[in-house]
Amino acid sequence: MSGYLGSYATLGLLIVVGALVFVGAFSANRLLSPSAPNPAPDKYRNYECGLDPVGGDWAQAQIRYYLYAFLYVLFAVESVFLFPWAVIYDRPEFGASAVVEMGIFVAVLALGLLYAWRKRVLRWT
Amino acid sequence: MKYLAQDPTLANFGHDVWWLVLIKVVAVFALLLVLTLFTIMYERKVVARMAVRPGPNQVGPNGWLQSLMDGMKLPFKEEIIPITADKVVYFLAPVIAGTCAFITFAVIPFGPMVSIFGHRTPLQLTDVPVAVLVILAATSMSVYGIVLSGWASGSTYPLLGGLRSSAQMISYEVAMGLSIVAVFMTAGTMSTSGIVHAQAGGAQANWDIFGWHPQAPSWYAIVTLPSFVIYAISAVGETNRAPFDLPEAESELVGGYLTEYSSFKFAMFYLAEYIAMINVSAVGATLFLGGWRVPWPLSLIDHGVLNHSWFGLIWFLGKVLIFLFGFIWLRATLPRLRYDQFMRLGWKVLLPANLVWILILAGIKTTQRTPTGNTRWFVIAGVVVVALIAVFLWPEKKGPEAPSTEQLEEQLAQLPEGSFPLPPLDLQVPPSPRLQRLTGQREPATVGGGTDEKEN
Repeated sequence: MSGYLGSYATLGLLIVVGALVFVGAFSANRLLSPSAPNPAPDKYRNYECGLDPVGGDWAQAQIRYYLYAFLYVLFAVESVFLFPWAVIYDRPEFGASAVVEMGIFVAVLALGLLYAWRKRVLRWT
Repeated sequence: MKYLAQDPTLANFGHDVWWLVLIKVVAVFALLLVLTLFTIMYERKVVARMAVRPGPNQVGPNGWLQSLMDGMKLPFKEEIIPITADKVVYFLAPVIAGTCAFITFAVIPFGPMVSIFGHRTPLQLTDVPVAVLVILAATSMSVYGIVLSGWASGSTYPLLGGLRSSAQMISYEVAMGLSIVAVFMTAGTMSTSGIVHAQAGGAQANWDIFGWHPQAPSWYAIVTLPSFVIYAISAVGETNRAPFDLPEAESELVGGYLTEYSSFKFAMFYLAEYIAMINVSAVGATLFLGGWRVPWPLSLIDHGVLNHSWFGLIWFLGKVLIFLFGFIWLRATLPRLRYDQFMRLGWKVLLPANLVWILILAGIKTTQRTPTGNTRWFVIAGVVVVALIAVFLWPEKKGPEAPSTEQLEEQLAQLPEGSFPLPPLDLQVPPSPRLQRLTGQREPATVGGGTDEKEN
């Protein structure tokens, strides 16, 4: 647990312990829950909204969810480039040009948002 | 006596003995579980008080053990997995949601360097140079838990709830990630302990009031106020809390993505949801409210004695609880937004405002550094002129014209027989019955002598 990757190893340990806790909890649940439950008919059908389910288990979803996912990728990538820039942009060796360049980069991506806006992708109905 | 050199730096991490790491891991888990149980009760008590009712008061002293009992009960329940469910993914989804919820607290600083059994160690599980990125990654991963649970349930409403929830979370995650950029720009680091250290104290002003040099505020909630506002709003959206709790809008989607879950898996989602709330509160307290550092007037006592060692834990938990109170207050006060309004707020208001704010902040910081005064004024004047031109030349929006009475009557005539009764077309509001009663009870005042009928 030392060296540069030591901190990451601790993070990994946390994930492993978390998964172990859940596996343990699920097995405890299996032991504790009723072992011979009432075999009522239709018990394992969907609950849905309390009434008998109508139709299949799929619903048609709006295509907009897909477009929002695309926009998310656009801005998630933008943030990935913004974060390291934000940490070091004010070091003396960069000067004002770093800010101007990032302004241009953000403007190009904002253009993407503007395009989606004008195409009425952001309007829900 | 001065307490210096107690701030952990990145060099202090990664040197712990294995049993110390284990103790910290267990402590993080225990703290999160206890905080979750407490938060559920805290929420129910506060909401009850705001609604002027007693709230849960049966189990334990004043009802404070209610959430513990609820949690204990769930593993004893039979688990019903619907036949249409995809078994593997149905099992994996709550595990993903739960595990991801725990990661964030690994990089949250609870306090400065302390000594545990003779070992000097920071009161924080671990820290990495990109700690805030780890937090963002963990919250992104938890979207998987939600969308997969909705998909794997094999049922209509959970599917729709899961889709809605994932669209909502990714939208507000963009706003949240961009609001943190201003913090990076001001602090110059992405490690959480570094950000807390950067909020230790503002620079002293070079002017004075009777010999007192006032200090600039050091909390990023004040220094980068727009970012804090955007963070607070997007934190509520990110955690699916009221007024943005659309994935669980009961009247539209039953219970949302966890409708088909029962027994312990349901408890898992519930736990993940509350831990997510605690997570964003803790991150907000760390990034914007000075982390474990004692708030301003108290920080003056004896050169910051209250920042020393374990005291940090008190201030940190206090700030988290204040943040959580804000969440609960919102839930008790505001009605739920409509989904399209909600998405509009995220993409058309928060996101552009965020981008503009980042550029403005970068501009301000760069001009502050520029040695020559003239360039600075030119830049500021240029920005002001551009903003004014944009404001004046912005095209005005024309709303749709109101339909005339004839059009409305025509519409009304086309309705089939026996349709739902419509309000009068002139839209005159009928007088309130309460108003009539009030005026009816009032008697006309008799003023002066004159011709009064009662005297006759």
